[in-house]
Amino acid sequence: MIRVVLPAHLRTLTQAGGEVELEVAGQVTQRSVLDALEARYPVLRGTIRGHDGGPRRAFVRFFACEQDLSHEQPDAPLPAAVATGAEPYLIVGAMAGG
Amino acid sequence: MSGVRVLVGTRKGAFVLNSDGKRERWDVSGPHFAGWEIYHVKGSPADPDRLFASQCSGWFGQLIQRSDDGGRTWEPVGNRFSYDGEPGTHQWYDGTPHPWEFARVWHLEPSLGDPDTVYAGVEDAGLFRSADGGQSWQELPGLRCHDSGPSWQPGAGGMCLHTILEDPSAPGRMFAAISAAGAFRSDDAGQSWRPVNRGLHSEGIPDSDAEVGHCVHRIAMHPARPQVLYMQKHWDVMRSDDSGESWHEVSGNLPTDFGFPIDVHAHEPDTVYVVPITSDSLHYPPEGKLRVYRSRAGGDDWEALTTGLPQEHCYVNVLRDAMAVDSLDDCGVYFGTTGGQVYASADAGDSWAPIVRDLPAVLSVEVQTLS
Repeated sequence: MIRVVLPAHLRTLTQAGGEVELEVAGQVTQRSVLDALEARYPVLRGTIRGHDGGPRRAFVRFFACEQDLSHEQPDAPLPAAVATGAEPYLIVGAMAGG
Repeated sequence: MSGVRVLVGTRKGAFVLNSDGKRERWDVSGPHFAGWEIYHVKGSPADPDRLFASQCSGWFGQLIQRSDDGGRTWEPVGNRFSYDGEPGTHQWYDGTPHPWEFARVWHLEPSLGDPDTVYAGVEDAGLFRSADGGQSWQELPGLRCHDSGPSWQPGAGGMCLHTILEDPSAPGRMFAAISAAGAFRSDDAGQSWRPVNRGLHSEGIPDSDAEVGHCVHRIAMHPARPQVLYMQKHWDVMRSDDSGESWHEVSGNLPTDFGFPIDVHAHEPDTVYVVPITSDSLHYPPEGKLRVYRSRAGGDDWEALTTGLPQEHCYVNVLRDAMAVDSLDDCGVYFGTTGGQVYASADAGDSWAPIVRDLPAVLSVEVQTLS
């Protein structure tokens, strides 16, 4: 079971809680997690990355295990702690304000 | 019992304001899509319960929401806006070629006759159409692919397609306007387009009388006399009496002819409304006085409408999609400000009162007249 934490604005789209649990078949990568997330919540298509698995939106970041994974290859394996559900995979809206 | 429904898009959500025909007491619902920018909300003329909303965010992109019950509940529909073919380039601010990139939907125009058909005007300028209630979108590429497209440049707010008008008297005739390319007309339901900017004069571009390049802010049409068009340009209020073939200035005695919205009285095709704004560097009303100006002569001769509007210390703006009229016997006029007020007049502009005072900055106002 993979645990995914969504930012507030995307929670309003999914109407799910802050943390979503997903089953991911095969290797656990950023791509496979996002594929599973978008399959569960089609409304998220285009909001985190481009349609059809396109590039990450510029102001969206991916964190896990106290690391910024935003620039990792989408097919690289995620840390084992994420794959086992011990640690969540965080989808974060970049901070901005004034 | 007649009534009106005012659809308000703001920087932080959508609001739906309902009243009966007296327009004295208002029920306010919202924010819908809290925290998201709602550029535009508009109802279908063919089915008033069907509404479309453009929901967007600099972080999370574009969504389109649809309601089939007059705004009580909403469901997301399609949000894939892909330009047809290889999109090519337009000019960037510095004059260099810049790839066409989808940014957001500025304006949604439901079809006059079919509740499943809706048009979307987007940034970077393009026109999209859905024939399935917003589930899927196809570009009408004839506009973007016009020969002049590579020379178009964005206005300060982005290269947006903000105005879409269908001519109810001429099937297939449509108008679109783009900042800062100008006005365009199609006579074949959007398949092909040509610029209709003759008579426009813009000092901010190298060739002031160029075929394209004018920063048109808004175009309005009265459905009973659709060959007459009114335009609020960056500077100048303009009028065409021949479906855009030519334009002449009708700014007349306005205190300034800069502004954004323009609209026409529901029952009087010669009665036009604008909100003069000081200048393109001072986006607030002259002298701190919020005044709607009304012409009952189709332009040139304007009167200030001030009753109920702040006449001191007012420094808000009124954006291009933020004015609308209802079609009750006593025509109602509505506009929203960047200060979060939505003002209504139930007597064609003679007097005004705020429906709400403290919304987020208002991006758009539309009105539905309900029977």
